[in-house]
Amino acid sequence: MIRSGLVQFFLFFIYALVQVLLLKNVVLFNTAFCLLYVAFILLLPIETNNLLLMLAGFLLGFTIDIFYDSLGLHAFSLVLVGYVRNFWLATITPQSGYDSGVEPTLSDNGLQWFLVYSIPLIFIHHFTLFFVEAAGFSMFWFTMLKIITSLLFTLTVVLILQYVGLDRRRR
Amino acid sequence: MERLLKFIFEYRAFFTFLLLELLCAWMLIENNQYQSTRYFNTSNKLAANIISTSQSIKEYFSLRDINSELANENAALRKKLEQRNQILYSLELNQIKDPTIVNRFDFISAKVINNSTQLYKNFITINRGKAYGVEPGMAVISNEGAVGKVKSVSEHYSVIISLLNIDDQVSSKIKRTGHFGTVQWDGSDSKLIDLKYIPRHVMPLVGDTVVTSGFNAVFPDGIMIGIIKKVKLSEEAPFYQLKVELSQDFGKLSFVEVVKSNLKVEQDSLEVKTKGIPK
Repeated sequence: MIRSGLVQFFLFFIYALVQVLLLKNVVLFNTAFCLLYVAFILLLPIETNNLLLMLAGFLLGFTIDIFYDSLGLHAFSLVLVGYVRNFWLATITPQSGYDSGVEPTLSDNGLQWFLVYSIPLIFIHHFTLFFVEAAGFSMFWFTMLKIITSLLFTLTVVLILQYVGLDRRRR
Repeated sequence: MERLLKFIFEYRAFFTFLLLELLCAWMLIENNQYQSTRYFNTSNKLAANIISTSQSIKEYFSLRDINSELANENAALRKKLEQRNQILYSLELNQIKDPTIVNRFDFISAKVINNSTQLYKNFITINRGKAYGVEPGMAVISNEGAVGKVKSVSEHYSVIISLLNIDDQVSSKIKRTGHFGTVQWDGSDSKLIDLKYIPRHVMPLVGDTVVTSGFNAVFPDGIMIGIIKKVKLSEEAPFYQLKVELSQDFGKLSFVEVVKSNLKVEQDSLEVKTKGIPK
């Protein structure tokens, strides 16, 4: 089930607005951030071009940056995710390859595959984001704590949204 | 030449990647430069409109708190004014000679429309900009203490570097002893800030008040920063490691005042003339 370009276009704004208006204010234990917008890049169709991924990542990151007053920071990490994503997808291809029209989602590939797919990518994103923001490794363990807790938080929200989407499709 | 183009085309993904990352890195570095007028931040008109709408919805849920806070501030100010008048009256100092010294600072009241405390580099957006005379470099205070410095302004909004920003340093002093140092946030706890460069021979105590020093003409002298909570002096360190509990709870910031220092230009240009341009 491939979402059309127009739907992706609207999703772009939905992800950005939800992140900026809602999730920016949700921080658990002062360390866990929910950076849900990564899911936009993760969930684009499998055959999406590398260049398009990076460009989308740049634009989305830039939009988020404007609202976080951190010009370049989110864009930097999201472009990296956009670049790495297709290589990672190719690495974890099932033996038979992907069927055409399959999306990198939980409903199409199962929970185990989705976790293997998303955890490293979200980790890369959070890792670059928090260490670039801290401008070095001087607060290594505190930053690591932020990365891990944020990873768990973001992943949980992504999974919940995936299951909600799953239900809707079955009906 | 053809082979070169072919090579670039073959690795176009990688080159685009490099290009975009370099662009981002450049923006990051540019953005870290101090105080400037920038377009792509929350003082941007569209972005500011969106967050101020969302803020005005949120405000309905905290109106009661904000109201009582403002009422308290009003009462405290009125009391202070009355005391001051009494003192002036008894000292017959009603006519102070130099009006420029008396009117050294102007205050512009503003509402906070965007704020964060959990990032390493926190910024605050307020709803006053160039139209009200806000300029980059001005100090921002609340009735409970120092808040930060203006980083960039647009016509109706400005972005402030919060004290809770690992890049921000404010010259300050211990009120009791008069020794001065620098406060800078370490990035972890939003209620504590570090006071650095207090030399060994000073005896700071837990409970001492820390205020701004007024040395850099940004902040007025004696604006409250916080109270010393932890004193640590390691064996060989030349300076104390002091943790100061901030008097202003940055999570609850709702109204602030921008301090317009009318003599800043004069002080700065005099200092530049005698000492050269600071690094």
